[in-house]
Amino acid sequence: MRLIIKDLCHRYDDLVVLDGIDLTVQEGEVLAVIGPSGCGKSTLLGIAGGIVAPSSGSIAVAGEVPDGCLNPITFIFQDFALLPWRSVEDNLSLVLEHHPLSAAERRERIESGLRRMGLWDFRKALPKQLSGGMRQRVGIARALAVRPAMLLLDEPLSALDAQTRELLMEDFLSLWQRERTTALYVTHNLDEALRLADRVVVLSRRPGRLREIVTIEEPRDQRLEPSAQAHLAEVRDRLWHLIRAEAQLADREIADA
Amino acid sequence: MPDTSLPMTDRSAAPSQPVRFRGGGFTVKGHRWAALLAFLVLIAVWESTNRFGLVSELFLPPPSAVASALAAMAQDGSLWQHLKASLMRIGVGWVMGTVAGMAVGFAMGIGSVARAVGVPLVSAFFPIPKIALLPLFILWFGIGEPSKFATIGFGVFFPTVIATYSAIDSVPRNLIRMAQSFGLPWASILRKIVLPGALPGILAGFRITASIALILVVAAEMIGAEYGIGAFVLTAGNLMLTDQLLAGVLVLSLLGLSIGTVLSILERRLLKWR
Repeated sequence: MRLIIKDLCHRYDDLVVLDGIDLTVQEGEVLAVIGPSGCGKSTLLGIAGGIVAPSSGSIAVAGEVPDGCLNPITFIFQDFALLPWRSVEDNLSLVLEHHPLSAAERRERIESGLRRMGLWDFRKALPKQLSGGMRQRVGIARALAVRPAMLLLDEPLSALDAQTRELLMEDFLSLWQRERTTALYVTHNLDEALRLADRVVVLSRRPGRLREIVTIEEPRDQRLEPSAQAHLAEVRDRLWHLIRAEAQLADREIADA
Repeated sequence: MPDTSLPMTDRSAAPSQPVRFRGGGFTVKGHRWAALLAFLVLIAVWESTNRFGLVSELFLPPPSAVASALAAMAQDGSLWQHLKASLMRIGVGWVMGTVAGMAVGFAMGIGSVARAVGVPLVSAFFPIPKIALLPLFILWFGIGEPSKFATIGFGVFFPTVIATYSAIDSVPRNLIRMAQSFGLPWASILRKIVLPGALPGILAGFRITASIALILVVAAEMIGAEYGIGAFVLTAGNLMLTDQLLAGVLVLSLLGLSIGTVLSILERRLLKWR
C-alpha cells in the first residue's frame, strides 16, 4: 500500500505546525521522519492515520491490502497504549472483537502475534507485570494481529533503554524482511532511522516543512557490516548537519518566546 | 606553584572511615498492632474515668454500659428494626442518586453540549446543604419515605455527577486514540475503554457519596421518622438515655465502617489491575 500526502498543512489555532508537506510513502518502503522537537512529526503521523483532521491538504492510500487485513493503517505507539486492566492476550483481542471473526480465527491471530513476539508465555500477564520492551512487543503483536498494510510508528523505541531498543530494532528488521509492510516511522533518533529506513525525511523546525529526503542505499540487512559503515557515517553526518541547524534555531526561538 | 597533594603511599595509608547512614526517616512503616492498641487504651481510659467517678455516667456512660445497651437493643429486636429502616432509606436513596448521577456524569463526560449545560447547573446546586431541602421534599412528597429518599438521592446525585465526569476526564486520551486508530466503534470505546478507565474515580466517588448518604439519613430521620437509627438517637437524647444514644452512634459508626469495607472489597475485585 502507498500513502500519498499532498500539500498538507496543519495548525492548532494560530500555531502552524505543518506547512506544505508533499510526500509519498512507496509500497513496501520504510520511510523515517526526523526533525527537531515540535516540528510536527507526530501530528503528521496522526493525520496520516486519520486520527487528526488536517487543516488543509489531502491524504490518500493506493494499492492492495494483504489478505485478512482488518485495519490497513495501523499505529504502534510510543507509550504502548495498552489497556492496563486487560491481560496481554485481551489487549490483542480488543482490536479483533469488533470484527466478524470466528473464535478460532481470533485465537489464531492472537496466538500467532504473541508467538512471533515471544510473548506467548506471558499472555495472561497484565501490562504492569511486563518490562517496557515487552509492553512494546505487545503493542507490535497487537498491530500484527490485524495484519496491517501500513504501519505508522510514533517513536516506538524512545521510551526504552538502549539494549531493549537494539533488540526491538532486530524485531522490526525481521518483520520487514518477512512482510515488506509499508511503514512511516517517526523518530528523533538518527541511528534508528539509519538502521531501519529506506529513506529519511528531514523536517524543518516549526512549522514543519520538508527540508530534504535522504535515500539510504545499503540494504537493511547489511547495515551492520563494516563495508557499509563509511557510507552510513556520511549519511549520518549529512542528516545531523541538517537537523542540528534546525534544532539550534528552534531552541533559540523557544528561549526568545 | 608547590605540589600540596600527598604522595600516593601516604594517601593510601590514611585511616578509613565508615560512610554514615543518612537515609533514615521519611518512610511510612507498617505498625499492625498500634491502631488496635490505641483503641484499647482509649476504651480503658474512658471506662476508668467512669469507674473512678471522674465523669458522670449520665453525661458520658462507660463503654461497658454502651455495650450493654447495644446488647439489650439487639435482644429486644429494636436494633434490627431501626437498622432495617435506615438501611432501606440509604439503599434506595443512594441507588437513585447514583444511577441518575452516573447517567448525567457520563453525558457530561463525553458530550460537550451536556457539559456546557451541566457544569454551571451542578456548580450552582452542589453547595446547597441538602438537608435544608427536606422541608420542601416533605411538602412535595409527604412526611413518609419518598421525602427521605429524595433528600438522600439529591445529596448523592451531585457528588456522583462530579466524580463521574472527572473520572471520564482522567481516562488517558492515548487509549481512546489507540482504540479509534484500530477502528473500534463508539459504543465499544465507551464500554471497553472509557467505563473501565473511569472506574477508579467513580468508585472513589462512591466512598464520598456513601458517607453523605449516612449523614443525610440520620438528619432526615431526626426530622421526621418513627424508626431508623437517627430517630432512635434523637429519642434517646430527649429521654437522657445516653447509653442508648451512644449505642446508636456506635451502630452508625459500624455501619459506616461496613460500607467502607464493602467498597474496599469492591475496589480490590474490580481494580486488581492497578
